[in-house]
Amino acid sequence: MKSEWPLWEIFIRSQHGLAHKHVGSLHAPDAEMAVKHARDVYTRRNEGVSIWVVKSADITASNPTEREAMFEPAASKIYRHPTFFPMPEEVKHL
Amino acid sequence: MNALVEYLLRLGDTDVVLAERLGEWVGHGPILEEDIALTNVGLDLLGQGRMWLTYAGEVEGKGRSEDDLAFLRDQNAFHNVQLVELPNGDFAATMARQFYFDQAHLLLLNALTQSTDARVAEIAAKAVKEVAYHAERSADWVIRLGDGTEESHTRMQNALDRLWPYTGEMFSVDEIEVSLVTQGIAADARELRAPWLATLDAVCAEATLTRPASEWMQGTRRGGGKQGVHTEHLGHLLAEMQFLQRVYPGALW
Repeated sequence: MKSEWPLWEIFIRSQHGLAHKHVGSLHAPDAEMAVKHARDVYTRRNEGVSIWVVKSADITASNPTEREAMFEPAASKIYRHPTFFPMPEEVKHL
Repeated sequence: MNALVEYLLRLGDTDVVLAERLGEWVGHGPILEEDIALTNVGLDLLGQGRMWLTYAGEVEGKGRSEDDLAFLRDQNAFHNVQLVELPNGDFAATMARQFYFDQAHLLLLNALTQSTDARVAEIAAKAVKEVAYHAERSADWVIRLGDGTEESHTRMQNALDRLWPYTGEMFSVDEIEVSLVTQGIAADARELRAPWLATLDAVCAEATLTRPASEWMQGTRRGGGKQGVHTEHLGHLLAEMQFLQRVYPGALW
């Protein structure tokens, strides 16, 4: 039997934030306790209004060794940025 | 002593003593997350205890502060229920004690939000939100340990059985409480036992545990913790808690 509790990734939405942000990870026996632990560990100083927990094992990550193939091609495609459109004077806050 | 002062000390001392017990888990929790969680609960209770003791000092009118009351009284002048002064034991015992206490505490505070004493109602309204979380958390643990492994089940059942006789005090009243209940200031503790048992039955059923049923209770006949009669454990707890103020009177942080 595995004696270690599984690891959970914790996402918190702050008072003014629109999206949940990854804040860290912790151990818990199940999802419900993970939410409670997250409440106790990560929201002690009024940091959040909502908590998501995801089992770390359920996250599929990109492979660091494939970084070049994955991300370098985008570096030379400056035309994908919308910076070439002249903006009219009247349009503010873009 | 004024009945209200004594009642406030019962509420405040119970919070402070249990906070001290939970504080003993710092650095000893079964896992980091639980270490922090136990301390959070302890700090919530300490905050509530401070509010009760501060008010007790004001009603008493002898100029005693929350600190004077917490650090300069001997054990016979403490009015906490005996349940909370019992040693932590293993994690199951700590959670069983917490479970028994939290469920009763929640019912008590809910009733106190209707107190005719505005300050009592105000403190209860603030505390009840914290305690609603405590009650949910400790019930969760009782279920998980009860419905966990054979080892955790045995430990949790033993803890429930051993602590059971200390639960009666939370639902017994003496003349002091009856007089305050008549005035609408205090909650009638006797009325809280039925809903408390209902919660226990529901949680124990889910946890595959047997809710103890013995009717013999510690400290309900000839006085218990609320009347200043304590187990041998409280003196040791206070010795540690009060040491600094006793040896260096007036020392500041």
